[in-house]
Amino acid sequence: MKKSKVVSYNKWGYIFLIPFIVIYLLFQMVPLVSTIYNSFFENYRSGLTQIGPNFVGIENYKTIITNGDLPTYFMNTMIMWIMGFIPQIILSLLLGAWFTDPSLRLKFQGFFKTVIYLPNLIMASAFSMLFFTLFADGGPINSMLMQMGFISEPYQFMSHVWSVRTLIASMNCIMWFGNTTILLMAGMLGIDPSLFEAAQVDGATAGQVFFKITLPLLRPILIFVMVTSLIGGLQMFDVPQILTNGTGDPMRSSMTLIMYLNKHLYNKNYGLGGALSVFMFVITAILSFIVFKFTNSEEV
Amino acid sequence: MKRKLMVTLLSVTMAASLFTACGGGNAAAPAADAPAAEAPAAEEAGPAPAAEEAAPAAEEAAPAEEAAPAEEAAPAEEAAATADGSGEGKVLNIYCWNEEFKSRVTDHYPGYTETDATTGTIGDVTVKWNITPNQDNAYQNNLDETLLKQADAAADDKIDIFLVEADYALKYVDTEYTLPVSELGITDADIANQYKYTQDVMTSSSGTLKGLSWQGCPGVLIYNREAAKEVLGSDDPAEVQKAVADWDTFAKTADAMKAAGYNMTSTTNDAYRVFSNNVTGKWVQDGKVVIDDNIMKWVDMSKKMADAKQCTTADLWSDDWSKGFYPDGKVFCYFGPAWLINFSMAADQEGSIANQGGWGATEGPQGFFWGGTWICGATGTDNPTLVGDIMKQLTCNEEIMLDIVAKDSDFVNNKSAMEKAAKDDAYAFAVLGGQNPLQMFCNGAESCDLSNQGPYDQGCNEELQKAMKNYFDGNASLDEALDMFKKAVVEKYPELTAE
Repeated sequence: MKKSKVVSYNKWGYIFLIPFIVIYLLFQMVPLVSTIYNSFFENYRSGLTQIGPNFVGIENYKTIITNGDLPTYFMNTMIMWIMGFIPQIILSLLLGAWFTDPSLRLKFQGFFKTVIYLPNLIMASAFSMLFFTLFADGGPINSMLMQMGFISEPYQFMSHVWSVRTLIASMNCIMWFGNTTILLMAGMLGIDPSLFEAAQVDGATAGQVFFKITLPLLRPILIFVMVTSLIGGLQMFDVPQILTNGTGDPMRSSMTLIMYLNKHLYNKNYGLGGALSVFMFVITAILSFIVFKFTNSEEV
Repeated sequence: MKRKLMVTLLSVTMAASLFTACGGGNAAAPAADAPAAEAPAAEEAGPAPAAEEAAPAAEEAAPAEEAAPAEEAAPAEEAAATADGSGEGKVLNIYCWNEEFKSRVTDHYPGYTETDATTGTIGDVTVKWNITPNQDNAYQNNLDETLLKQADAAADDKIDIFLVEADYALKYVDTEYTLPVSELGITDADIANQYKYTQDVMTSSSGTLKGLSWQGCPGVLIYNREAAKEVLGSDDPAEVQKAVADWDTFAKTADAMKAAGYNMTSTTNDAYRVFSNNVTGKWVQDGKVVIDDNIMKWVDMSKKMADAKQCTTADLWSDDWSKGFYPDGKVFCYFGPAWLINFSMAADQEGSIANQGGWGATEGPQGFFWGGTWICGATGTDNPTLVGDIMKQLTCNEEIMLDIVAKDSDFVNNKSAMEKAAKDDAYAFAVLGGQNPLQMFCNGAESCDLSNQGPYDQGCNEELQKAMKNYFDGNASLDEALDMFKKAVVEKYPELTAE
């Protein structure tokens, strides 16, 4: 009798969770576990001959640690991510602040918001191809610079470490700053307008409002942006792959972790590829944890 | 109204962000993303066991099929196809990487009618062209996946013909996936006139011939007549040959060319084949990667040329490479076989040197060959008679082959026909300004030596060129570049070692 009085909605909660759980198990958990499983085997294809799978224990992990490539490619990835992320977050904060500031009364906001988002709609590979052609030795950028008299012979953008890295970083920046702006704007619009009004009444400058009110209250969304961008950065692949034709040259200074993984998949080397993926999983987890801890600590 | 517009725009952007997030996979939810990193490896892990199962199955099936013709009985599928009265399969699937073979079949195979860009018909058989570009191994990956499924595929989906190049021919020749040409109704007498090297490439380790080619690919030095006149004083092949007779004179000519504003070759990789075809040993010996002395000679020479800016360090087939096909590109010479001259040098583009007949050909410092396309019959084909006939018509029929020479300026794989054509001015190449280079090709084809070919050639050649580019560009020392090469080769072929 007593039970019937309390209507339990709990089961609906679980029922609504089912689609997510099922999809997660099927498309995330199963591949994750099978990757770890695969990493303990020697398993690749030589020509049309399949070799393995033979159980080799942690041999694949040993190979990856001892050949010393992992730290190099990790550093490459991080350098290119940071080079792209810093201008991207500054640009996004600035644009976000302008767009959400009612006192500026910006016209055609919708138009500009769409335009800054547009680069993201282009396929990364197409964007990369475009840059490759633009910055080729005989490409339009070089001929322009030569005609204007800045340089006397073509600058080989693809043969210098920092020019390649800068190109990759700026491409990532251009492609993703629109996305970040929209995320930050959502966060800024969520801040109580009365706080801004109070600040104005107290005579705060725009800079003070931004640093004392907007930024601190934006922290949760900033953390989200940081973490997603970091993970996206660690998975950087398509832009450098197409721009450097898969080589990561010069001297693999622009080879990212996923490009390295892709090298192992050339011959379907699931063993080494799996081990490398496990390393990446661990790296991603640690970095995400650090970002999360670091940005949360002051709030507590 | 304004607000409505803004709302629509914003919501479109938001919706678009959903799609790009899915496509780019760059900034999705953190929890979902971390495991996603595993996806490429794990997803592909799925088919692996299946492929394994298929491989033994194919092996089992293959001997059976091989045994069948030996007993003068048709293979099982063929018998089944004949039984329903319509002869063989209705669909002929051809796998290749560019339009070259297609245009040969379209123009020269009797009875072929083109339906559209990817299909055609021969009698009542539909011909389906599956063209995948060669770059980044895409062609082979696609072919491999399909071949591994060949045993289980429906008759109309089975590959009937696929094409291979010399660089990786052995990968397919030494497997059960290629049919011996003798099983396709081609006799030794049919192919007696072909150049021996073209058959050596396609002969398996047990001595079975597995594929045929309609062309021979001995290479020559193709020079810019304009530049030759300006710098060497004559564009006569014999005179030019004196200036490029060996690598020392080649280097001197390069200096002279540079002084006149011409690059000697377009890129460092142009001369690569000339060296790599004249090596003394295979790339891989006893499971170990060996860099031949002749390859190192190429490295030394190319470094000198790159430093002196007598050529660029661009990749073959890049825009910077092909700039020399036009007068403004200011390139003195390319190394290449007949197909480079007729198929790749922009002969149909208004204003190109080839279009004006401005190239000349001479033997150059050393003989070499480059590429070449071989036709293979795939095991399990449901059209063996048609496959055999296409091979026979294109690679053995002297009339058709001479027609190919006349129309497409190719060098065909028929000794007697080529010897005849070499003496006939009717076969002069328009792109070479009326020069008939066939005798040069004939001599080259006779001396082609493929004994140092191996199954790892393509990977090693590509990786060496990529790694050495760093050295030529000054981004690495020679040792660092060589280490990079070794590392890349072992990544590609984990079974090899490189010290």
